[in-house]
Amino acid sequence: MDSIIAAFHWFVSTFPTLSMALGLLLLPLVPLIIGVAMYVWWERKVIGWMHVRMGPNKVGPFGLAQTFADVFKLLLKEVVYPANSNKTLFLLAPLWALIPSFAAWAVIPIGPNVAWSNANAGLLFLLAMTSMGVYGIILAGWASNSRYAMLGAMRSAAQVVSYEIAMGFSLVSVLILAGSLNLSDIVQAQAGGKGLFDWFWLPLLPMFVIYFVSGVAETNRAPFDVAEGESEIVAGFHVEYSGAPFAVFFLTEYANMILVSFLAPILFLGGWLSPIQGWVHADVAWYVDWIWKGGWPWLFLKVFFFATAYVWFRASFPRYRYDQIMRLGWKVFIPITIVWVFVAGCMKYFGWVTAGA
Amino acid sequence: MLTEYFPVLLFLAVSAVIGIALIVIGNLLGPRKPTAEKASPYECGFEAFEDARMRFDVRYYLIAILFIIFDLEIAFVFPWATVFGKLGMVGLVEMGMFLLLLVIGFVYVWKKGALEWE
Repeated sequence: MDSIIAAFHWFVSTFPTLSMALGLLLLPLVPLIIGVAMYVWWERKVIGWMHVRMGPNKVGPFGLAQTFADVFKLLLKEVVYPANSNKTLFLLAPLWALIPSFAAWAVIPIGPNVAWSNANAGLLFLLAMTSMGVYGIILAGWASNSRYAMLGAMRSAAQVVSYEIAMGFSLVSVLILAGSLNLSDIVQAQAGGKGLFDWFWLPLLPMFVIYFVSGVAETNRAPFDVAEGESEIVAGFHVEYSGAPFAVFFLTEYANMILVSFLAPILFLGGWLSPIQGWVHADVAWYVDWIWKGGWPWLFLKVFFFATAYVWFRASFPRYRYDQIMRLGWKVFIPITIVWVFVAGCMKYFGWVTAGA
Repeated sequence: MLTEYFPVLLFLAVSAVIGIALIVIGNLLGPRKPTAEKASPYECGFEAFEDARMRFDVRYYLIAILFIIFDLEIAFVFPWATVFGKLGMVGLVEMGMFLLLLVIGFVYVWKKGALEWE
């Protein structure tokens, strides 16, 4: 143990700038990985309760260490390379899925202008990064050279790109009202004296619903998880993956779910703004003031709600059939979103909704 | 202004490092005992009798093409939506016409049955 600490000291004192940069960068990504682990635990626990089971409860207090145990188990397992697979692409696919889903976190704000990158084109960057994820899926399916993987990748890619359109249009409607691509500005545009009635969910209610449903479809989660429909194609695009590359796909999926759970409140539910903003004017103490003044606890509460909704959907809804999924995406969501983009334009033009009032 | 995008680059680099590290660790720590059976593609116990890169339904291809068209439309609408507040009536009418053209194409695709998956 002492030698490890000594080595750490040596590294930090020899490369101070590099250590600093690495530390600063691991700062946001390590909480993300721990968040994923906690989320997996929470999902299994909630689904357990909904099935009148205990859920994981043996490893660590309340089973909290279960996910970490699973990760270490996965890392110690053999990585099987299918004989006919394309080895390079086979290993590139999980990376290609992971990198954009982690990089997207650079622009997520947790307070006014509190983000790693307060980029002006934040929303555009997010759209680009979430679109990149589909390459990982299709590469994995093709490189595995397995029938189930190929079919799963095809289904998954077609589904993801279909819902990408509805999602893109709902982002556009937020943009029209907010007038900025900067995520921090989008949240500030929802501030106002009417509290939660100033947020964009009210004028954009259909878009809000479509956004979250598309987010669920986009991450290939139940009830839209035909990409890995166990009874038909076993596990979909990652059927040939084992050990560490599978762990990377798993990490990506949950990081994407948390990302969608972050974006829904930022775009439609006022991010870190308080639902009773403007109703209470008081200065009590810093640890209660956030309840009416707004702050990161509100953002995390809203994120927690959406993340739990994911689990709730999974436990409650039967899986959609593939043709029903495509019908919902193309024939229901896209027409509604196109109409509502125009409605949002009218709202802005005639001043029915004012940003940042 | 570009300095705001530097963290994005760093995030890309660090997430690449994390991903590569995980896969390398997995390859180092895991056992490696490949057998012909283990390395054969999974097909529910059957022998895989031909290459899996087979023909697939043309509708997937159609969806991909439609996606490109619609995603480009969204890319066009993005800058418009950002500056819409300053454009006024002209912007609203022009985008209305643009969306109308999009809807005409969409109706055509729908009537042609390109969106059917029965």
